[in-house]
Amino acid sequence: MPLAVDKVGKTYPALSYAVGREKIREYAEAVGETNSLYLDLDAARAAGYEDLVAPPMFAVVYAGRAVWPALFDPELELNFAMLVHGAQEFHWERLVIAGDEIATEVSVARIEERRGLGIYVFESRSSNQRGEPVCIGTWTNIVRGVEA
Amino acid sequence: MKPTGAIELRVTPDRYVTIRYAGASGDFNPIHLDDEFAREVGLPGRILHGLWTMAQVARAATDAAGGRPEQLRSLSVEFRGAGMIGEEIVVSGTLADRDDGLIANLVAVQGGKRIVRNGVARLRPRLGRQS
Repeated sequence: MPLAVDKVGKTYPALSYAVGREKIREYAEAVGETNSLYLDLDAARAAGYEDLVAPPMFAVVYAGRAVWPALFDPELELNFAMLVHGAQEFHWERLVIAGDEIATEVSVARIEERRGLGIYVFESRSSNQRGEPVCIGTWTNIVRGVEA
Repeated sequence: MKPTGAIELRVTPDRYVTIRYAGASGDFNPIHLDDEFAREVGLPGRILHGLWTMAQVARAATDAAGGRPEQLRSLSVEFRGAGMIGEEIVVSGTLADRDDGLIANLVAVQGGKRIVRNGVARLRPRLGRQS
Protein backbone atom coordinates (compact mmCIF):
# COMPACT_ATOMS: atom_id res chain seq x y z
CA MET A 1 0.00 0.00 0.00
CA PRO A 2 1.58 3.33 -0.99
CA LEU A 3 1.99 5.85 1.80
CA ALA A 4 -0.24 8.91 1.85
CA VAL A 5 2.66 11.25 1.08
CA ASP A 6 0.25 13.74 -0.53
CA LYS A 7 -1.04 14.50 3.00
CA VAL A 8 2.20 16.21 4.08
CA GLY A 9 1.27 19.72 5.14
CA LYS A 10 -2.22 18.77 6.27
CA THR A 11 -3.23 20.60 9.46
CA TYR A 12 -5.77 19.72 12.14
CA PRO A 13 -8.05 22.08 14.08
CA ALA A 14 -6.38 23.70 17.10
CA LEU A 15 -7.12 22.04 20.41
CA SER A 16 -7.40 24.06 23.62
CA TYR A 17 -6.28 22.67 26.97
CA ALA A 18 -6.89 24.28 30.38
CA VAL A 19 -3.95 23.53 32.68
CA GLY A 20 -5.14 22.52 36.14
CA ARG A 21 -3.11 22.68 39.34
CA GLU A 22 -4.01 19.15 40.41
CA LYS A 23 -3.30 17.81 36.90
CA ILE A 24 0.22 19.19 37.13
CA ARG A 25 0.67 17.51 40.52
CA GLU A 26 -0.76 14.23 39.21
CA TYR A 27 1.59 14.30 36.21
CA ALA A 28 4.63 15.25 38.30
CA GLU A 29 3.96 12.40 40.73
CA ALA A 30 3.43 9.89 37.91
CA VAL A 31 6.89 10.60 36.47
CA GLY A 32 8.64 10.80 39.85
CA GLU A 33 9.38 14.52 39.91
CA THR A 34 10.36 15.80 43.35
CA ASN A 35 10.94 19.49 42.48
CA SER A 36 8.70 21.51 44.81
CA LEU A 37 7.87 23.99 41.99
CA TYR A 38 5.65 21.26 40.50
CA LEU A 39 4.14 20.02 43.75
CA ASP A 40 3.99 22.69 46.42
CA LEU A 41 1.97 25.84 45.78
CA ASP A 42 3.71 27.82 48.53
CA ALA A 43 7.13 26.90 47.16
CA ALA A 44 6.11 27.88 43.61
CA ARG A 45 4.76 31.24 44.84
CA ALA A 46 7.82 31.84 46.99
CA ALA A 47 9.93 31.34 43.85
CA GLY A 48 7.95 34.03 42.04
CA TYR A 49 5.38 32.02 40.08
CA GLU A 50 1.66 32.67 40.28
CA ASP A 51 0.81 29.00 40.65
CA LEU A 52 2.28 25.53 40.29
CA VAL A 53 4.76 25.21 37.42
CA ALA A 54 4.24 22.42 34.88
CA PRO A 55 7.31 20.23 34.29
CA PRO A 56 8.51 20.79 30.70
CA MET A 57 7.50 17.26 29.72
CA PHE A 58 3.90 18.15 30.69
CA ALA A 59 3.82 19.07 26.98
CA VAL A 60 2.77 15.45 26.42
CA VAL A 61 -0.47 16.27 28.24
CA TYR A 62 -1.53 19.47 26.46
CA ALA A 63 0.03 18.71 23.05
CA GLY A 64 -0.26 14.91 23.04
CA ARG A 65 -4.02 14.94 22.76
CA ALA A 66 -3.81 17.33 19.83
CA VAL A 67 -1.74 14.72 17.96
CA TRP A 68 -4.37 11.97 18.32
CA PRO A 69 -6.67 13.24 15.53
CA ALA A 70 -3.70 12.99 13.18
CA LEU A 71 -2.80 9.48 14.38
CA PHE A 72 -6.41 8.38 13.89
CA ASP A 73 -6.89 10.25 10.60
CA PRO A 74 -8.31 7.70 8.13
CA GLU A 75 -6.67 9.63 5.27
CA LEU A 76 -3.23 8.75 6.66
CA GLU A 77 -4.03 5.04 6.99
CA LEU A 78 -1.61 4.34 9.85
CA ASN A 79 -1.55 0.67 10.80
CA PHE A 80 -1.81 0.81 14.60
CA ALA A 81 -0.93 -2.82 15.20
CA MET A 82 2.50 -2.08 13.72
CA LEU A 83 3.00 1.43 15.17
CA VAL A 84 5.90 2.32 17.45
CA HIS A 85 7.02 5.68 18.83
CA GLY A 86 10.37 6.18 17.12
CA ALA A 87 11.58 9.55 18.34
CA GLN A 88 10.44 12.68 20.11
CA GLU A 89 11.67 16.23 20.31
CA PHE A 90 10.45 19.26 22.23
CA HIS A 91 11.58 22.88 22.11
CA TRP A 92 10.31 24.98 24.99
CA GLU A 93 9.88 28.73 24.69
CA ARG A 94 8.42 29.49 28.11
CA LEU A 95 6.97 27.78 31.14
CA VAL A 96 3.38 26.67 31.55
CA ILE A 97 1.73 27.62 34.84
CA ALA A 98 -1.48 26.25 36.37
CA GLY A 99 -4.35 28.36 35.04
CA ASP A 100 -2.86 28.74 31.56
CA GLU A 101 -4.94 27.89 28.49
CA ILE A 102 -2.77 26.20 25.88
CA ALA A 103 -3.83 25.98 22.24
CA THR A 104 -2.05 23.41 20.08
CA GLU A 105 -2.05 23.07 16.30
CA VAL A 106 -0.78 19.91 14.66
CA SER A 107 0.41 19.36 11.11
CA VAL A 108 1.83 16.49 9.09
CA ALA A 109 5.52 17.35 8.70
CA ARG A 110 6.81 14.30 6.85
CA ILE A 111 5.71 10.92 5.51
CA GLU A 112 8.23 8.60 3.92
CA GLU A 113 9.18 5.00 3.46
CA ARG A 114 12.60 3.87 4.55
CA ARG A 115 13.72 0.25 4.29
CA GLY A 116 10.25 -1.18 4.75
CA LEU A 117 9.33 1.25 7.53
CA GLY A 118 6.72 3.97 7.23
CA ILE A 119 7.92 7.16 8.91
CA TYR A 120 5.17 9.59 9.99
CA VAL A 121 6.32 12.85 11.55
CA PHE A 122 3.85 15.28 13.13
CA GLU A 123 4.63 18.75 14.39
CA SER A 124 2.73 20.39 17.26
CA ARG A 125 2.84 24.11 18.00
CA SER A 126 1.48 25.23 21.33
CA SER A 127 0.87 28.75 22.57
CA ASN A 128 -0.68 30.20 25.69
CA GLN A 129 -3.70 32.44 26.28
CA ARG A 130 -1.57 35.53 25.51
CA GLY A 131 -0.60 34.07 22.13
CA GLU A 132 2.99 33.51 23.28
CA PRO A 133 4.71 30.40 21.90
CA VAL A 134 5.16 27.75 24.56
CA CYS A 135 6.38 24.54 22.97
CA ILE A 136 7.06 22.93 19.59
CA GLY A 137 6.93 19.15 19.47
CA THR A 138 8.16 16.77 16.78
CA TRP A 139 6.49 13.36 17.04
CA THR A 140 8.05 10.58 14.97
CA ASN A 141 5.99 7.42 14.59
CA ILE A 142 7.24 4.34 12.78
CA VAL A 143 5.01 1.75 11.17
CA ARG A 144 6.68 -1.60 10.59
CA GLY A 145 6.04 -3.80 7.58
CA VAL A 146 5.26 -1.10 5.01
CA GLU A 147 5.88 -1.98 1.38
CA ALA A 148 6.14 0.71 -1.25
CA MET B 1 30.58 28.38 37.91
CA LYS B 2 28.44 26.31 35.61
CA PRO B 3 27.75 22.67 36.42
CA THR B 4 29.50 20.17 34.15
CA GLY B 5 30.36 16.50 34.38
CA ALA B 6 28.59 13.20 34.66
CA ILE B 7 24.83 12.75 34.90
CA GLU B 8 23.25 9.70 36.48
CA LEU B 9 19.69 8.95 37.52
CA ARG B 10 18.49 5.50 38.59
CA VAL B 11 14.81 4.63 38.70
CA THR B 12 12.95 1.34 38.98
CA PRO B 13 9.44 1.52 37.50
CA ASP B 14 7.04 -0.31 39.81
CA ARG B 15 4.18 -2.43 38.46
CA TYR B 16 1.64 0.39 38.71
CA VAL B 17 3.72 3.11 37.07
CA THR B 18 2.11 2.67 33.65
CA ILE B 19 -1.34 2.87 35.20
CA ARG B 20 -0.56 6.13 37.00
CA TYR B 21 1.13 7.51 33.89
CA ALA B 22 -1.79 6.54 31.65
CA GLY B 23 -4.13 8.51 33.90
CA ALA B 24 -1.76 11.46 34.17
CA SER B 25 -0.90 11.66 30.47
CA GLY B 26 -4.13 10.44 28.88
CA ASP B 27 -2.33 7.68 26.93
CA PHE B 28 -4.38 4.53 27.61
CA ASN B 29 -2.90 2.38 24.84
CA PRO B 30 -3.48 -1.18 26.17
CA ILE B 31 0.09 -2.26 25.34
CA HIS B 32 0.98 -0.32 28.52
CA LEU B 33 -1.84 -1.63 30.70
CA ASP B 34 -2.84 -5.14 29.68
CA ASP B 35 -0.35 -8.03 29.66
CA GLU B 36 -2.62 -10.27 27.63
CA PHE B 37 -3.19 -7.64 24.95
CA ALA B 38 0.52 -6.82 24.83
CA ARG B 39 1.43 -10.48 24.28
CA GLU B 40 -1.17 -10.78 21.53
CA VAL B 41 0.64 -8.07 19.58
CA GLY B 42 4.01 -9.73 20.04
CA LEU B 43 5.41 -7.97 23.10
CA PRO B 44 6.80 -9.84 26.12
CA GLY B 45 4.17 -8.17 28.32
CA ARG B 46 2.89 -4.68 28.98
CA ILE B 47 5.63 -2.10 28.42
CA LEU B 48 6.51 1.36 29.68
CA HIS B 49 5.33 4.48 27.88
CA GLY B 50 8.29 5.84 25.92
CA LEU B 51 7.34 9.36 26.99
CA TRP B 52 7.52 8.30 30.67
CA THR B 53 11.10 7.20 30.05
CA MET B 54 11.76 10.47 28.21
CA ALA B 55 10.49 12.30 31.31
CA GLN B 56 13.21 10.53 33.33
CA VAL B 57 15.79 11.78 30.82
CA ALA B 58 14.37 15.33 31.08
CA ARG B 59 14.50 15.14 34.89
CA ALA B 60 18.09 13.86 34.89
CA ALA B 61 19.26 16.66 32.58
CA THR B 62 17.38 19.42 34.38
CA ASP B 63 18.46 18.30 37.84
CA ALA B 64 22.10 18.13 36.73
CA ALA B 65 21.97 21.63 35.23
CA GLY B 66 20.56 23.31 38.33
CA GLY B 67 17.02 22.05 38.79
CA ARG B 68 15.00 24.94 37.31
CA PRO B 69 12.45 23.94 34.67
CA GLU B 70 12.98 27.14 32.64
CA GLN B 71 16.56 26.04 32.03
CA LEU B 72 15.46 23.26 29.67
CA ARG B 73 15.30 24.64 26.11
CA SER B 74 14.98 21.43 24.15
CA LEU B 75 15.21 17.69 24.40
CA SER B 76 15.30 15.13 21.63
CA VAL B 77 15.46 11.36 22.03
CA GLU B 78 15.21 8.18 19.98
CA PHE B 79 13.31 5.22 21.39
CA ARG B 80 14.69 1.73 20.82
CA GLY B 81 13.07 -1.44 22.04
CA ALA B 82 10.60 -1.52 24.90
CA GLY B 83 11.04 -0.42 28.50
CA MET B 84 10.00 -3.15 30.93
CA ILE B 85 8.28 -2.90 34.29
CA GLY B 86 10.14 -3.79 37.50
CA GLU B 87 13.66 -3.50 36.12
CA GLU B 88 16.01 -0.65 36.98
CA ILE B 89 16.63 2.04 34.35
CA VAL B 90 19.86 4.00 34.44
CA VAL B 91 19.84 7.39 32.73
CA SER B 92 23.41 8.49 32.20
CA GLY B 93 25.29 11.06 30.23
CA THR B 94 27.51 14.10 30.30
CA LEU B 95 26.84 17.77 30.81
CA ALA B 96 29.11 20.16 28.94
CA ASP B 97 29.48 23.93 28.92
CA ARG B 98 29.05 25.63 25.55
CA ASP B 99 29.09 29.26 24.47
CA ASP B 100 25.31 29.33 24.19
CA GLY B 101 24.55 27.33 27.32
CA LEU B 102 24.77 23.76 28.51
CA ILE B 103 24.40 20.61 26.47
CA ALA B 104 23.69 17.15 27.83
CA ASN B 105 24.10 13.92 25.89
CA LEU B 106 22.11 11.11 27.45
CA VAL B 107 21.02 7.50 27.14
CA ALA B 108 18.65 5.35 29.17
CA VAL B 109 19.75 1.75 29.67
CA GLN B 110 17.72 -1.13 31.08
CA GLY B 111 19.13 -4.66 31.40
CA GLY B 112 22.01 -3.80 29.09
CA LYS B 113 19.67 -2.43 26.38
CA ARG B 114 19.62 1.22 25.35
CA ILE B 115 15.91 1.98 25.42
CA VAL B 116 16.60 5.68 24.81
CA ARG B 117 19.54 6.72 22.70
CA ASN B 118 20.86 9.90 21.13
CA GLY B 119 19.28 11.96 23.90
CA VAL B 120 20.33 15.59 23.53
CA ALA B 121 19.20 18.30 25.96
CA ARG B 122 20.02 21.99 25.56
CA LEU B 123 19.82 24.04 28.71
CA ARG B 124 20.26 27.58 29.88
CA PRO B 125 22.80 28.06 32.64
CA ARG B 126 21.27 28.66 36.06
CA LEU B 127 21.17 32.38 36.72
CA GLY B 128 21.10 32.46 40.47
CA ARG B 129 17.93 32.38 42.50
CA GLN B 130 14.85 33.79 40.83
CA SER B 131 12.65 35.93 43.04
